[in-house]
Amino acid sequence: MIRQPANLLIGSALLIFIGGMALLALFWTPYEPAAIKLVAKLKPPSAQFWLGTDEFGRDVVSRLMTGAVQSMTVAILTVAFAITVGTITGLIAGYTRGLVDRILMVFSDALLAFPGTLLALGLMVISGPNKYGIILALGIAYSPSVLRVVRASVLSAREREYVEASRVIGNSEFATMFRHVLPNCTAPIVVLATSMFGWVVLAESGLSFLGLGVPPPAPTWGNMLSAARTYIEKAPWLGLAPGICISMTLLGINLLGDALRDRFDPRMEQR
Amino acid sequence: MNAETSRPLLDVRDLRVTTSNGHPILHDVSFDVEAGSIVALVGESGSGKTVAARAAMRLLPKAITPVSGKILFEGNDVLKMTGSEIRKVRGAEIGMVFQEPMVSLNPAMTIGAQLVEGLRLHEKLSVEAARARASEMLERVKIPNPEACLAAFPHQFSGGMRQRIMLASVMLLRPKLLIADEPTTALDTLTQREVMEVMVDLTRTFGTSVLLITHNLGLVAQYAKKVFVLERGRLIESGPVEEVLHRPKEQYTRTLIDALPKRDHGRVPPAEAAPLIEARGVEVTFSGAGNMFSTAEKKLAVRGVSLGVRPGEVVAVVGGSGSGKTTLGRAMLGLLPLSGGDILFRGRPMASADRAAARDYRLQCQLVFQDPYSSLDPRQKIAEIVGEPLIHGPKLSGREKAERVSDILGEVGLAGLGDRYPHALSGGQRQRVAIARAVIRNPAFVVADEPVSALDMTIQKQVLDLFRKLQENHGFACLFISHDLGAVSRVADRIVVMQQGLIVEEGSVGQILDHPQHPYTQALLEATPTLGLAA
Repeated sequence: MIRQPANLLIGSALLIFIGGMALLALFWTPYEPAAIKLVAKLKPPSAQFWLGTDEFGRDVVSRLMTGAVQSMTVAILTVAFAITVGTITGLIAGYTRGLVDRILMVFSDALLAFPGTLLALGLMVISGPNKYGIILALGIAYSPSVLRVVRASVLSAREREYVEASRVIGNSEFATMFRHVLPNCTAPIVVLATSMFGWVVLAESGLSFLGLGVPPPAPTWGNMLSAARTYIEKAPWLGLAPGICISMTLLGINLLGDALRDRFDPRMEQR
Repeated sequence: MNAETSRPLLDVRDLRVTTSNGHPILHDVSFDVEAGSIVALVGESGSGKTVAARAAMRLLPKAITPVSGKILFEGNDVLKMTGSEIRKVRGAEIGMVFQEPMVSLNPAMTIGAQLVEGLRLHEKLSVEAARARASEMLERVKIPNPEACLAAFPHQFSGGMRQRIMLASVMLLRPKLLIADEPTTALDTLTQREVMEVMVDLTRTFGTSVLLITHNLGLVAQYAKKVFVLERGRLIESGPVEEVLHRPKEQYTRTLIDALPKRDHGRVPPAEAAPLIEARGVEVTFSGAGNMFSTAEKKLAVRGVSLGVRPGEVVAVVGGSGSGKTTLGRAMLGLLPLSGGDILFRGRPMASADRAAARDYRLQCQLVFQDPYSSLDPRQKIAEIVGEPLIHGPKLSGREKAERVSDILGEVGLAGLGDRYPHALSGGQRQRVAIARAVIRNPAFVVADEPVSALDMTIQKQVLDLFRKLQENHGFACLFISHDLGAVSRVADRIVVMQQGLIVEEGSVGQILDHPQHPYTQALLEATPTLGLAA
């Protein structure tokens, strides 16, 4: 087990690095990420091109930085979408029970019956390959799992006596739900959100790999990874660079997620 | 008693236990249990009594370790035994009954499987022979129809029955020593007596010694021969029960003795007046667990109860578990749908009340819960919890609110603790928070649902005294629900006894305690622990 402060420190350092890279890319990159220079194709890492160049002679560092912007936006927006939709529906389903619960659960079970990526794939075909299509498709594909988790913790939280105490005080059902039930369900939501961030980066890579992600020439880590496949023996740096970026992001977000969950839970304070 | 100096069955010598970071839990504690006797280890929560008993079976959590001293069981040091040696002692030689009967039986196994499991682990027996032994033991602990019980699951039994089943499973192995860790704290007065009687009877038959761990000196007086009093990990007093209880040397022991329920005649009953709140023929039905295909079995929890509470009056509702007293309390607060009858608040029937009247009723009536551990939101600070009711009712500025909160916290003896979280408070302090939350809006009517039964005897007394003081200062009417006639006599003006959803007797505190008419009331009174000593 990594100790608490180390958790927070390493996690935030990694994310600040990745986030800084993305922010910087909005203003400056070493080269134009889309500039094709065929004379310099498949160059290994050197002083001129820090992480080498790809099959069209484009600078990998520049593409990685621009790709970070794309991947981060997609991941953040998708997670936000899935968490929001899933939490609201899960809260309603778990708190009201009865008919509403049953209807919501039938829908979510139906969605869960498809593999997430396959469902996203189907939705992508409808929306066409663009950034917002991916966000919507992945968001819809992932929200049922959020609904499940939130509903389960709401079911246990709503039976606690402090929920009844809130009603006795005179709080409305709505206030009880948001003030006493939801805050006590945040731990699993935070954990889910952080791991989902990872799934989304991977799923986006997967979709790009299948040619349904963010359309080229705009770089994302996913389509960089998929393009690198062909040159895996000749130019391994092409695949390693985005792969390491994805891993670092996932590690960072998971460490930070753990640290945040413990920080937000007052009961953990003294340990 | 014979004067022969035979060595005691369990002899704990200078036991010192600390946590892994060096924080001491027990300071050189010595006690002994002689063969065939009942010895009590007494103290409040946190005094280390459970740790001392668990050390005897080497069942301490990893973070807590004995650092010096000896625990001699039949002359062998338990602390020096190897893993397989200690496993032979556990269960077969030393048995243990835990406090929580609801969680100490495995819910996924039948009673029979659990009883047979322990028996076959220690003795080579065929399944049939083991089952026969198990069924015989269940009969001894007075479980009706033991054969059917073997095939049943724990959730089908009440708390008292589970505790007796637990006792049967432990006694099946005929241990030489039984450690009973607060065996009846979670049970109501009547069931407590049943379990204790069965336990004493059974251990006497088998010649088993008992180490009784409790905070209740009433039980000690009734059943134990010798008592050891622990305070914060130190043994402060020990000796024969008669001596310690009647001539205590230490202040702490005296506090424990004072905490036992005593009659108080200080209350002046409020003047005759129209009832503030009144239940008229109230009926509450619970539908059992039904599903789409079967209609659920309906159960009447309250069967036509009429009860009025006058302004400023404290009415106690007393009865065993399942008597419907809690249901009645919730129904009077409008928290449960009635299947018959009506609630009248300030003379107005609430079934047909308009919105404003219903809102007024809801805001004027408050509830104090039984379990202070689950009735406070763990994510709110104390000041937030206590101040939350002020959102409703008359508008107050932030400063006025903060003042009210700190006033009421001072009144319940928690001044300066407003920015703590509930987990940092003790059970008694938490219950004070719950009481502060209930009275901060100056309600007209408060239902207190077993507010002290989850607490230690000494804490019970403090909380009851506080409750009484607040009631006198604020003058709210109160429905005080309890299974303990002793606790009730401290606070109530009038007592209502409930059994199986009906009121069987009601009258003033004096009438009920001195001249109980109904046999159920008499049984309840008899089971209330007092300082009357064991014969």
